[in-house]
Amino acid sequence: MIWNESFECMGREEMRDVQNKRLRTTIEHVYHNSPFYRAKMQELGITPMDIETIDDLVKLPFTTKTDLRDQYPFGLFSVPMSEIVRLHASSGTTGKPIVAGYTRKDLSTWSEVMARTFASGGCSRNDIFQVAYGYGLFTGGLGAHYGAENLGASVIPISSGNTEKQIQLMTDFGSTALCCTPSYALYLAEAIEDSGVRDKLKLKVGFFGAEPWTQEMRQELEEKLKIKAYDIFGLTEVIGPGVAYECSHQHGMHICEDHFLPEIINPKTFEPVAPGEVGELVFTTITKEGMPVIRYRTKDLTSLTYEACTCGRTSVRMHKIMGRSDDMMIIRGVNVFPTQIESVLMEFGETAPHYHLYVDRENNTDTFDVHVEVRPENFTDDMNALLNLRKRIEARIQSVVGVHASVKLVEPRSIERSIGKAQRVTDKRNLYKE
Amino acid sequence: MPTIIKQLSIFLENKTGRITEVTKLLGKAGINLTAFSMSESADFGIMRVVLSDPEAAQKILITHGFTVTLCDVVCLFVPNKPGTLSEALLILSEHNISVDYMYAFAMDDMARVVIRPSDINRCVEVLQDSNLKLAKASDMYYF
Repeated sequence: MIWNESFECMGREEMRDVQNKRLRTTIEHVYHNSPFYRAKMQELGITPMDIETIDDLVKLPFTTKTDLRDQYPFGLFSVPMSEIVRLHASSGTTGKPIVAGYTRKDLSTWSEVMARTFASGGCSRNDIFQVAYGYGLFTGGLGAHYGAENLGASVIPISSGNTEKQIQLMTDFGSTALCCTPSYALYLAEAIEDSGVRDKLKLKVGFFGAEPWTQEMRQELEEKLKIKAYDIFGLTEVIGPGVAYECSHQHGMHICEDHFLPEIINPKTFEPVAPGEVGELVFTTITKEGMPVIRYRTKDLTSLTYEACTCGRTSVRMHKIMGRSDDMMIIRGVNVFPTQIESVLMEFGETAPHYHLYVDRENNTDTFDVHVEVRPENFTDDMNALLNLRKRIEARIQSVVGVHASVKLVEPRSIERSIGKAQRVTDKRNLYKE
Repeated sequence: MPTIIKQLSIFLENKTGRITEVTKLLGKAGINLTAFSMSESADFGIMRVVLSDPEAAQKILITHGFTVTLCDVVCLFVPNKPGTLSEALLILSEHNISVDYMYAFAMDDMARVVIRPSDINRCVEVLQDSNLKLAKASDMYYF
């Protein structure tokens, strides 16, 4: 089912006209209302007059996560606070989170793109949505919630966790659609298997996102839950979930390009890559008011195809994310940078700045081990002091990064030294393989 | 007559072969082990050793990248008979001296108990006042 045929199936030329017009409006808007973007454009000697079509995108400056962090909390907002009706923030980044502000119109755009997502997965007003993404600052819960309401479906805002209750309501309320992270879905699937209630469930579809997942995970979820599993893509900086979604053919994710204009660049040269080639995904929002982003570098690696899809949609499709152009890891749904762990370890005088991070997946849950060398000069004969040090490091990582890590104290000089760029992460999950 | 003994404590990762490596290095250097114990957590442990030349052992192990420290312990002799250890420990607790850890071995007519007390000087004092026998450092080290 197609929610908004006029945009989702619009001819390429017509779409280009829409995008040109919306891009011009957005650039006018940020130039006149955002000191941050105006300064950036002035630095490059460009004005809104220089941006006529989407081919002029390349003239515009990039925006990065660092910019967003530096502008904490509201520096990137392009409207007065009185126009902002909602605030969200990304999880787990050192010190300052990334904040997003939405106007009333932005919220309506968001629920529009999420309604497209759900309709694309065959859902309608007759469905009962169990939204098991976390509610709160995280965009997953409320994003799915408003989208499903816009669709006209019945929404169960159960939020994440409390697996027993999830299964009880799923059974008693007859939920037909499940929204959560793929790893939680797998966890739920096993709990459902154990409780033997699968045959009583009416579940038929699941929308899973917020972390990378593999084709194997999709198969496992579909078999265990007896559903069709859809991948959804989004990021807080752009709007949240709903930036791109799969149709029933599942040949890549359709990008809502009438709202979010994608580009693929070479992350080293910053030049656009040839059509179809893999590179870093960059987004420019062309309808957002509260916090538009101009050429925002996602650091996600993928490719785009502009061929019309067998489903009838003409919108550009992005391939499943194939990797990252930086070293960010997503562990249990939380964005983690090795440098965050490093700065926590540096706070502790008892450990050396030599560490290695191991990420794996056991029983459908990410495991995260931090190996760190003790400093010989701080070693005492006291076992409790060492156990206590380990506990303190774990607590600090939890509070700064927002994810639990198992810390392992290792002997000095036991972690491999490298001459060039240190290889500090071993991720055995293979999340980006085909 | 000094009765405080230098014990060498070694931080060891829970990896196969680490203890072998320590003992091999010490053996090669002609250092004899008198007593030792291992205390371990899930992924690391502390090996505590009383040996013939603690300072030399410390130097050798540091050269080979081990994390070590020296600390003070006492070695108590008690007759190898039921109840003797409890008598000695009672003296310590009566004087508010606690034991961080201890390790022991008994054979023939004497048991030797290595003790790491909370206050080593007081510990030596009260044990000697009670006429209990402590090992002399010179019995342990060869100089």
